[in-house]
Amino acid sequence: MSKRILTIFMIVFVLFLYAPTLLLPIFAFNDSSIIAFPLSGFTLDWFKSLAAAVELRKAAVTSLTIAVTSAVIATILALLATSATVRYRFPGKGAMIGTIMLPMFLPEIIIGVSLLTVVLLAGLELSIYTIIMGHVLICTPFCIAILRSSFQQLDPSLEEASLDLGESRLTTFRRVTLPLIMPGVISSLLIAFTISLDEFVIAFFLSGTKPTLPVYIWSQLRFPQRIPSVMALGTLLLLLSIILLTLSELLRRRSARRLGKDMAGGAW
Amino acid sequence: MIKLTNIQKYYGSYHALRDVSCHIREGEFFSLLGPSGSGKTTLLRTIAGFEGIDSGDLMIGGQPMKGVPANKRPTNMVFQSYAIFPHMSVAQNVAYGLRAQRLSKAETASMVSEALAKVGLAGYGARAAHALSGGQRQRVALARALILKPKVLLLDEPMSALDRKLREEMQSELRHLQRNLGITFVLVTHDQEEALTMSDRVAVMFEGQIAQLDTPQALYKQPASKRVAEFFGAMNILRADIVDVKDGVATTRIEGLGTADLPMPRQADAGTAPPYCAGVRPELMTILDDGAQSYERETAATVTDVEYRGELTYYDVKFQGSDTPVVVSMRNTSNRTLKTVGQQVRIGWESASAVLLVDRS
Ligand SMILES: Nc1ncnc2c1ncn2[C@@H]1O[C@H](COP(=O)(O)OP(=O)(O)OP(=O)(O)O)[C@@H](O)[C@H]1O
Ligand SMILES: [Mg+2]
Repeated sequence: MSKRILTIFMIVFVLFLYAPTLLLPIFAFNDSSIIAFPLSGFTLDWFKSLAAAVELRKAAVTSLTIAVTSAVIATILALLATSATVRYRFPGKGAMIGTIMLPMFLPEIIIGVSLLTVVLLAGLELSIYTIIMGHVLICTPFCIAILRSSFQQLDPSLEEASLDLGESRLTTFRRVTLPLIMPGVISSLLIAFTISLDEFVIAFFLSGTKPTLPVYIWSQLRFPQRIPSVMALGTLLLLLSIILLTLSELLRRRSARRLGKDMAGGAW
Repeated sequence: MIKLTNIQKYYGSYHALRDVSCHIREGEFFSLLGPSGSGKTTLLRTIAGFEGIDSGDLMIGGQPMKGVPANKRPTNMVFQSYAIFPHMSVAQNVAYGLRAQRLSKAETASMVSEALAKVGLAGYGARAAHALSGGQRQRVALARALILKPKVLLLDEPMSALDRKLREEMQSELRHLQRNLGITFVLVTHDQEEALTMSDRVAVMFEGQIAQLDTPQALYKQPASKRVAEFFGAMNILRADIVDVKDGVATTRIEGLGTADLPMPRQADAGTAPPYCAGVRPELMTILDDGAQSYERETAATVTDVEYRGELTYYDVKFQGSDTPVVVSMRNTSNRTLKTVGQQVRIGWESASAVLLVDRS
């Protein structure tokens, strides 16, 4: 009895989660500019229109640049923070971690408004750098959460063994630490990339003349005739994230297998 | 080879090493023995350079080690967990420390296979490190350290993860390896048998202090304190009063046994007058058969318990005029009959069977 309820719940839940997403590809191939059933026919026009949309391609490039840069910077910052906090004890450590993790729980609109204030007060121009700044701020806590567990799984005597065998701290990091926490680093890069790519509020507040993809899409929604193109774009993005996720999971499994660890569950 | 002088080490307010001084000689097999938490690992890590010291001096090979980081010290370590790099093959693990020497590929390969052969793992180079058994891991850890030809090899309980049979095998292999190479070995262990069988000298540690540093034989025969004595096998402890001391020999009245001349404990610091007690090992006393043998000393006693254990029989006896139960072990021979509970017997012993012990924790 309760098992049946659970099964029904599962099905409803999964539908609720993924059905809206499935509407994207359906309408992306629908031969009508009105988003409504019944479908009227198959077309690739919307995808073709994407190729012609210069503004959109620019926005995509902006977004990708921001996402990659933010992911790399946030992961490097998180690596530095975790290697210090997991290994060493120092006064004020708890407070420091708390401060770094806080943006995870702050509403993005607050971060966006306050960063905008800072940028304006400092007399800086809004640009992709200001967006990167905001995105690094919100991504770093997630990267830290992921890397912390990687570091905690790492046997500290491995690093000591490397020192003992004559390597410096830097080469120890390169030859032992980094390869062993690689699965975590990949996960961290990926999650930061994903967060940055679809972040809207901060990007909206801090973008100058170059809008990011979400901001651009939002601006296009005002024109109903453009909506199917947006659907086509969404479909491409969906495809991209599936490829990316699969790729990173494969990478992560491969490096986990090389370490002989049983990580069937994985981080996702 | 290693000279420790008045080493003090604190973890916060916890005093982990208390005024440790000792001299580990070149080419010797030296063991640090002590119960859990006595500071053995801390001392070893101090020598390796993973832990700083708060005061005192550490010299290795005549060089002061102050400010010398772990990667610049002439020591190599075999970790308790072996710390084999899981993302490398056996050969890559063994060659790990050679990188700084900038050898050619062929030279590296030949050194690696030589090192692997030395520890009995010839031909294992291509194996993945995570696919090794416990004993094999230990051998890889050994090869990885020895390939660098260290002056001192530090080993932190290397045998504790192995099963009994493998452990005994590795103990004798390690001993042979040390003799052949002539490298100074410093071994941490909490297994007294391991320390006794393998070492040239053993430092017994309690609570961050070296309680006694001696050869295995001396530790067993002439322990300085009650604590050290009880750490190595069974020891009967009897009350003792020193009547007179002359030239390091104490005329001692021992509970139930009478008066005997015993040497003063080794390394007992002179100034203080600690309480003393006397110790006698169960196997250094004999229950005499009627009228058969004569012994330097004989004492009447009553058997209170008999425990037959095949090769040996353990008797609980009480000396006349004493309440302390004393264990006497006897080798069982074909013509020796067991005594029975309540039987009056004569115990034969020599004054050399008894040792005077410092009774202080
Ligand atoms: N990093 C540390 N911080 C605080 N206290 C420590 C630290 N390392 C060790 N200690 C303490 O120092 C004492 C000695 O520890 P140590 O590891 O040297 O003992 P040990 O003799 O090797 O014991 P075992 O046989 O259990 O390995 C212990 O009480 C331990 O709790
Ligand atoms: Mg230890």
